[in-house]
Amino acid sequence: MKILNSWLNDFGVFGTNVEKLSTAMTSLGLAVESVTQVDTPIKGVVVAKVLRTERHPDAAKVHRVYVDAGDGKELHVWCGAFNMKPGDLIPLATLGTTMPDGRLITPRGILGIESHGMLCSGIELGLTTDADGILILPKNLKLGKDVFSALDIKSDCVFDLDVTRNRPDCNGYLGVARDLGANLRIKIAAPMGDKVKKGAARTIKVTIADKKRCARYNMTVMSGVVVGDSPNWIARRLTNCGMRPINNVVDASNMVMLELNQPTHAFDAEKINNGFKIRCARSGETLVTLDGQTRALETTDLLICDGKDNPIGLAGVMGGAATEISGQTQTVALETAWFEGSGIARTATRLGLRSEASMRFERGVDPHGVDHAVSRFAFLLRESCPNLVVHSGASDVKEKSLPAKQRVVALRVAQLNRVLGTKLTTKDISVILARIGFATKSVSGAKTPSLKIAVPSWRPDCESEIDLVEEVARHYGYDQLGKVVPQSTMHGRLSPLQQRRRDLRDVVLSMGLSEAMPNPFLAPGDLTKTGLTEDNAILLANPLVFEESILRTSLRPGLLKAIGYNISHRAANILLFELGHVYPSGTAESVDGLPDEYESLCLVAVGETSALALDWWSQLSSVMNFGAQLDQGSVEPGFHPKRSATLRRGKQILGCVGEIDPRVLAKNQINATVACLELNLSVLLSETPRVANAKPVSRFPRSDFDLAFAVPNSQTAGAVMKALRQAGGVELVVLELFDVYRGAGLADDSRSLTFRLCLQASDRTLTDAEVTTIRQRCLDAAAKLGARLRD
Amino acid sequence: MSEQNTVGAISQAIETARDSALQAIKSASDLDALRALGVELNKKESQLNSFKSDMGKLSSVEDKRTIGQLLNAAATLISTAIETRTGEFTELEISNRIARESLDLTELLTQRRRGHSHIVTQATQRLEDVFVGLGFQIAEGPEVETDFNNFEALNMPKSHPARSEFDTMFLEYGEPGSVLLRTHTSPVQIRVMKSWKPPIYAIMPGRVFRRDTPDATHMPVFHQIEGLVVDRGITFAHLAGTIEAFTKAFFGDDFSSRLRPSFFPFTEPSAEFDIRRADGEWIELGGCGMVHPNVLRSGGIDPEEFTGFAFGFGIDRMAKERHKVGDIREMYTNDLRFLRQF
Repeated sequence: MKILNSWLNDFGVFGTNVEKLSTAMTSLGLAVESVTQVDTPIKGVVVAKVLRTERHPDAAKVHRVYVDAGDGKELHVWCGAFNMKPGDLIPLATLGTTMPDGRLITPRGILGIESHGMLCSGIELGLTTDADGILILPKNLKLGKDVFSALDIKSDCVFDLDVTRNRPDCNGYLGVARDLGANLRIKIAAPMGDKVKKGAARTIKVTIADKKRCARYNMTVMSGVVVGDSPNWIARRLTNCGMRPINNVVDASNMVMLELNQPTHAFDAEKINNGFKIRCARSGETLVTLDGQTRALETTDLLICDGKDNPIGLAGVMGGAATEISGQTQTVALETAWFEGSGIARTATRLGLRSEASMRFERGVDPHGVDHAVSRFAFLLRESCPNLVVHSGASDVKEKSLPAKQRVVALRVAQLNRVLGTKLTTKDISVILARIGFATKSVSGAKTPSLKIAVPSWRPDCESEIDLVEEVARHYGYDQLGKVVPQSTMHGRLSPLQQRRRDLRDVVLSMGLSEAMPNPFLAPGDLTKTGLTEDNAILLANPLVFEESILRTSLRPGLLKAIGYNISHRAANILLFELGHVYPSGTAESVDGLPDEYESLCLVAVGETSALALDWWSQLSSVMNFGAQLDQGSVEPGFHPKRSATLRRGKQILGCVGEIDPRVLAKNQINATVACLELNLSVLLSETPRVANAKPVSRFPRSDFDLAFAVPNSQTAGAVMKALRQAGGVELVVLELFDVYRGAGLADDSRSLTFRLCLQASDRTLTDAEVTTIRQRCLDAAAKLGARLRD
Repeated sequence: MSEQNTVGAISQAIETARDSALQAIKSASDLDALRALGVELNKKESQLNSFKSDMGKLSSVEDKRTIGQLLNAAATLISTAIETRTGEFTELEISNRIARESLDLTELLTQRRRGHSHIVTQATQRLEDVFVGLGFQIAEGPEVETDFNNFEALNMPKSHPARSEFDTMFLEYGEPGSVLLRTHTSPVQIRVMKSWKPPIYAIMPGRVFRRDTPDATHMPVFHQIEGLVVDRGITFAHLAGTIEAFTKAFFGDDFSSRLRPSFFPFTEPSAEFDIRRADGEWIELGGCGMVHPNVLRSGGIDPEEFTGFAFGFGIDRMAKERHKVGDIREMYTNDLRFLRQF
């Protein structure tokens, strides 16, 4: 809402102290987005009369204009606009004038012929938004006079307010003035309505068929209308508030809307066929709106129809073309109505026709401001139509659904003080609320007083006690309510899971991976390209773009895209991770009706192999106490089937480690191997790691020996280790695989695995015989797996 | 030859032998030669040691003492000389080794280093730490939410006009319009109220979604942090006090805060909160207010017994401003050149 300082002063003596007014508005919740200076007079621009115009054979785009600036002399000016004719009054920026854009007017001319100034357009003077031609001034101005003082234009400013949706009243000057008046203790009054006696009765019959959607409909006939331009002051005010002047009828309607937050609509009374009917559309109906478009209507659209039931307007949204005001209109039928907000909102949103009027109906207009709006419209139109006749006999249909003039809301003093932390009394509260027109009807209860507050009809937002608490707080002043740090009765800490998540991040970062945050929305096909199914993916019902219409079920597609991006930018050492949510649809009958969303961690490195991925897993599992078995028998889709393993605990799959499937890499145009570790954190992070109990360190000597086996490729090193560990028993305190060798001296389908074993007892020195026995047990166990001891 | 002369001759011979031994020590070429020399000089048959047997030939105790002292002094001199010379050789050897071992450490500087946490994560953790210090715990919730938790429970029933401002992304899951990507972290408030019960001092950071076309200051996927306090006797002054304490703890002591009236369906009285930089400029930070009685009821809390406040703001913007990132979209390109700066 744009509030023009001078216009605001019509409602009360607010003055021109911009700083003071801005601060007051902000403190009331009327956020001042910007303050713009307007109508700043430009020194040196005078009223001049066009004497004659002349073309020059060598200048195609400009012509020569001869003007009189009041001293009877003929001045010559070059001009690029051709909209003036001899006798017109136009603004002349004389030599030496500095224009708002910084240009200094000099005699510099064209073709060696000097120019004695510059003729100005409305936009150059900041007076209109019209840039097309020279501003033609009213005929009655005195030649040579300063244009700004001749037009009575004084420096002004516009406050652009961000009005919150709970304050519909502040979409009008009157509402802003009320709040501001209460804050600054300035008495306010709504501007004058029309006092001229009403003419002969002229009634147009109004029938409301949908009584919930339209609760009041006033139809007043006014004759003696001459459609034309508005007076300059009206046009200026509208322009400064961001509205384009159209004609005196439409402008008067817009003025009333800005002042009183009451939209009105003027029909050409001659074009109205036998009365008005307000009803909802029938399916299949259409209407040609003011903008010439044919609108297909739905049954939720509220229509203004004529007496023959033909639609002539979309209620509260846009009028119809057939009954529009024209240059010939002499009698207008003025609609001033109260429509229910959400219905108007639905139609306006569906048709993309949100207007100043529909926005106001949507948020709420004062159901009892109709009479004032009608008389104010007449007052403003009479400025340009002195013979205006406002006919008596206006229809004014009110339905039971019309909100009452006052709503009574109870307010407990103790409750107010409990929420605000204040010690306000019944009297304090009454005084504060009275300033904004909220009357205290009664007070009950001596010990625990409760007030009955009459809320006026222009404040539909104040429905309950807490709304009144907020009103008191606003007008008491938020900054008067104090600042007290509450003593938390909880102790601040991260939960064990949150602490573990931080620890986990720390390990991942320490391994050199940087954190990516890819888009969780995928394009159709992204999952397939990653080797994953789209069957369990959820679609967005209203995606922004088709390429972002699927919710991810894995972090891999996003990281592969990030890899592609970095490769294309020639990055080295591409090591990335993401820790984030994935959203597979899961089972339909989930308890909370939500998908199986869970937190996942994925690590990737370009040009690396499973060796690195396993190193990541080893570090993570040792620091974080993650436990799982490597299962190469079943590999998650999208991983290299022969160089990856599932991390599982029985039937539960905790993740996958290894390399990305070469087919996936090819589809993603990645020409390098990618090491990958993916973990489902929903289990791993919520586990509380077991606290280790101290075991005494053995004081007895240790026997160390190495065993090198030739093991067929079909047997995993893990299986051999498991067999050795079992065979070694409690005395086997260290078992490490420290060398793997393939090549000379070995069969093609086998490799050499060398293990270091350390035997030690906690309570004695092992005898040679014992060591030999254990060693033999190990050899036997290995032999069962086809592992042959090498010499 | 008189005894006197004999003593004189022996003394002379000892001095000569001593000097030649010292000369030999001095001119030993290396540690091995010196060691060999030492062995040689210690032998019974060595020249100096042979004088010991000569002492028997002397009759006078006086003479024996003279020669004995002379021999001892010579032996001490020689052993000291060997020790010194050995020290010199050892020192030389070590310094030669040190010289040989010379290393250009700049050859060893590698590119390998710690990874970089995303600046949004860094900001989130800093915020969490500040609130943990103020006695808050951290609550989390799912990013896919029900319409009920995201809107209805927050005092925005189905027809509420404010819903249109959230540009919600709905999912094809369950009943049409019933499951969505949360538009704010506020649904976690409802979850916390239901599961924790008062007293509640909680913050709720997380990812949120709006159907906004990306531009320099907006992303459809971004992050918010939200605070919720519900306890007996909580007032508007506690809200203002918490915002002030946070402002000073997070931004610095030369910052201050203010609340000005605003509107949100889930709080009343509602406010926007601004922070004031040391240079006097006000920056709009977020929204806050006293939890609306209807929202407390949705969370199963009796508004006649408890009061509460809530506040929330964007995390991405904080990260963006802290690191002077020109365009918020840059934060989400996952370009390592960008990530590795922080």
